[in-house]
Amino acid sequence: MRRMLQWLAMLVAAATLTTWVATGAHRGWTKTSVAVKTVDEVTGLEAVTYEPRFVMGIELLGGGLAGAALLGGAAQLFRRKTKTTKNQERDNN
Amino acid sequence: MKPHIKAKLASLIAVTGLAGAAFAAPQTFDFKDPKGVNNAVFKLDAPLEAINGSANGISGQVVFDPAKPEATRGRIVVAAASLHVPNPMMKEHLHSEQWMDVARYPEISFEAKSLKGVRTDGNSISADAVGTFTLRGVAREMTIPVRLTYLPDKLGARSNGQMQGDLLVIRANFSIKRADFGINPKAPEDKVADTIELTLSIAGAAPR
Repeated sequence: MRRMLQWLAMLVAAATLTTWVATGAHRGWTKTSVAVKTVDEVTGLEAVTYEPRFVMGIELLGGGLAGAALLGGAAQLFRRKTKTTKNQERDNN
Repeated sequence: MKPHIKAKLASLIAVTGLAGAAFAAPQTFDFKDPKGVNNAVFKLDAPLEAINGSANGISGQVVFDPAKPEATRGRIVVAAASLHVPNPMMKEHLHSEQWMDVARYPEISFEAKSLKGVRTDGNSISADAVGTFTLRGVAREMTIPVRLTYLPDKLGARSNGQMQGDLLVIRANFSIKRADFGINPKAPEDKVADTIELTLSIAGAAPR
């Protein structure tokens, strides 16, 4: 159980960091649309339109890393398995 | 000169005169933009990241006379529901009762009564628009610096030849205070700035 939680914590941390970097390592809030600016040739006006795109922000990055830390912390609650050697078993007998 | 030639010449002068008068007359420009270019951009400073957004639900009409720009008047309306910010939760808050209350106040408008301090440079006119700015049901008299660009016969180029006429481009940069219009007065200024910077970039058409 301990090992499984440790692996899960590492997986969550890695997935969070990878997603954050892959979506642009944005240091602001999460966005689900991104502004696209185009210039109208006749009037010279700059038009602003939004295209749907997910950009992970620092609140999700923080949340993901905090979740991973919690899983890692939870793993510490489970005891480490102690290994017994053949000699120790014989001495005990 | 023969009488019939004289008569033809007189009628030609009359027609030319009428056409000239028609061109010099004030024109009504409609700012409902099927191309979706017209927009109003807003910006508020905030600690982590400035809140940037825009609105494209622009409509309204402006009466403009190139020979008499100081007489320009009209009303520009921004549909409050078209206000957009890229963060969905922030957008929900923006439209909510505390902030813009778009359900109760669906329109943000500026009604220009006149232009002051008109400076003309070719087709470009800089001036201060005097009028009433209404937001969240609060109407305040404001003077907004504007730049108008009159583009005669450019509607055809913009509508792929489907319509003929003139264009009027209006650009404005100004700022308002949240507190003046009751926009979430409880939000502390160290979290969201009181000043809202606004940029209006719109083009209106006067078809012939």
